[in-house]
Amino acid sequence: MVSYLVHRLAGTLPVLLLISFLVFSLIHAAPGDPTLLLLGEETNAADIARAKERWGLDQPLYVQYLKFVRAAAAGDFGKSFKYAEPVINVIKTRLPATIELAVFAIIIASLLAIPLGVWAGAKPNSWIDNLGTTFGLFGISMPSFWLAIMLILLLAGVLNVLPTSGRSTYGVAGPEQTGFYLFDSIMQKNWAAVWDGLTHIFLPALALGMNMLGILMRVTRSSILEVMNEDYVQTARAKGLQEKNVVWRHVTSNALIPVITVVGLELGTLLSGSIIVETVFAWPGSGSLLITALNARDYPLVTGIVMTYTLAFVAINLIIDGLYAVVDPRIRY
Amino acid sequence: MVFMQSLTLESATEKSVVWPRLLPRLHVKAFTGGVIVLLFIIIGIIGPSIAPFDPNKQELTAMMKAPAGIGAPHSLGTDNLGRDILSRVIYGSRVSLLVAFAVVFVSGFIGIALGAISGYFGGKVDFVIQKLVEVVWAFPPLLLGITIMAFLGQGLFNLILALVAQRWIPYCRVVRGQTLSLRNRDFVTAAQCLGASNRQIITRHIIPNLIQTSLVIGTFAMASSIIAEASLSFLGVGVPPEIPTWGTMLADARIYISTAWWLPLFPGLCIFVTVLGINLLGDALRDILDPRLKRSGAKI
Repeated sequence: MVSYLVHRLAGTLPVLLLISFLVFSLIHAAPGDPTLLLLGEETNAADIARAKERWGLDQPLYVQYLKFVRAAAAGDFGKSFKYAEPVINVIKTRLPATIELAVFAIIIASLLAIPLGVWAGAKPNSWIDNLGTTFGLFGISMPSFWLAIMLILLLAGVLNVLPTSGRSTYGVAGPEQTGFYLFDSIMQKNWAAVWDGLTHIFLPALALGMNMLGILMRVTRSSILEVMNEDYVQTARAKGLQEKNVVWRHVTSNALIPVITVVGLELGTLLSGSIIVETVFAWPGSGSLLITALNARDYPLVTGIVMTYTLAFVAINLIIDGLYAVVDPRIRY
Repeated sequence: MVFMQSLTLESATEKSVVWPRLLPRLHVKAFTGGVIVLLFIIIGIIGPSIAPFDPNKQELTAMMKAPAGIGAPHSLGTDNLGRDILSRVIYGSRVSLLVAFAVVFVSGFIGIALGAISGYFGGKVDFVIQKLVEVVWAFPPLLLGITIMAFLGQGLFNLILALVAQRWIPYCRVVRGQTLSLRNRDFVTAAQCLGASNRQIITRHIIPNLIQTSLVIGTFAMASSIIAEASLSFLGVGVPPEIPTWGTMLADARIYISTAWWLPLFPGLCIFVTVLGINLLGDALRDILDPRLKRSGAKI
């Protein structure tokens, strides 16, 4: 297991290097001069030259790239043009909001999708199966940002029950400790802030998780269907086990392996989805930060966020591979 | 034509049994999906002749009109610049479907070709192609699209390029896997013995056997392309703002959510219904073409 992980990690390094090269070249192939954009059109040549020198933009591209890789390996993506702060710090302040949102989206999606999928798969062609299948199909066909807009329209606009932007009402939350508002508020036993945070996170998390919900439901269902035909399920029934126990103890535990893979794969979609959902809900996470950075042509910040997301995605896939062995004792690396 | 013989021999026995049994149960799905997709394709093609207004014509005396119902001049209302929503939705279907078809065909071509080459030749070629797959696949979906679009600039061509960048991979992976098993089959060996070149074997004996699977992948790729195109346009990095698409309409509508519900409703509904139709069609296709699901009688 350990040697497998080391092997996989070593295999990841060249991939990361290639990715960094791809991102770096894309960014520098882009039209538009960041210095002009930041300093304004009326800046004189001397100022532009000074700014270029300060940001290292006057050096040849390969020098910039080598410097970038060396620094990035140490977690340093340079200074953000827009925020005049180290990129890593800017990302650090925004990342917890995105993680909190993603975790909530996964919770909502799994809590609804897995029971529904198991139920639908255990009783194929019943009304619950038809309902679940339709629901799953709707989930995967619904663009998250449209769902977000519709949710705002309905729950916040017409019914006026839930807030539609930001992470908390001003002044409710206590002092920030970890950046995870809900976690902080629970630690501080500030229940008003916890409730406030939950009302704020519900709509964006639902919009973000809907797609995953649809996919998870469908995968769970088909996986259950497949396992239901196995011999050991027949054996369990023949032993006289109640159908409920057959489904939950024998079928579900075996059917969840592909479901875990899908959760892992879908995390990437969730990360990208968060870019849009955060923009719609003015959620102060790293996804909306990316759009801000892109519009400002803040090269170091864009590179930093793209690299962070990619790194997270690669890491998640590694973890999922490791999880296989935990869930399925037959798999040994 | 060795492959043709083996293909027909294998499927002839199955065909007569499977099709009649599957079709009655599946036809509802396939039919609904097919009708929806066909309807939008027709709307896209004959769009200019059925759209009541020029989609970009600003009518400042008729701004933000609520939907007036069928028969009225602006049956689906107008937007903040007095542009007719119905006409814009109709024109939007053209761009969405055009982009989706282009993406599916280009990525299918690249993916199938690379996958077949990778699986057939193996060795170094396989290694290089699979490394490329690994690198491109390491990007979270959409993020690569956003990055490419942000740096290349808005435009239809760039948009198709940005979407193809990752969508060829599912084809490539599946096709490679299937080619690996196909290349050891008797009909390939027979073709080799008859002196067929590698190119002939790949294009005439291997790829025809991969069409069914690729068709299923293609349907789902089409659904995801429509959503991705809308997402990119929504974020302002898709098509240029002067081209009406469902995504740009939603982006324009964002700030008027609380005052004009019809602005986000109709374009979003179009995306949703089209994607639903394609997914239904894809599901039905997979039910019919995937032998594994056939056996278990599953319906996804």
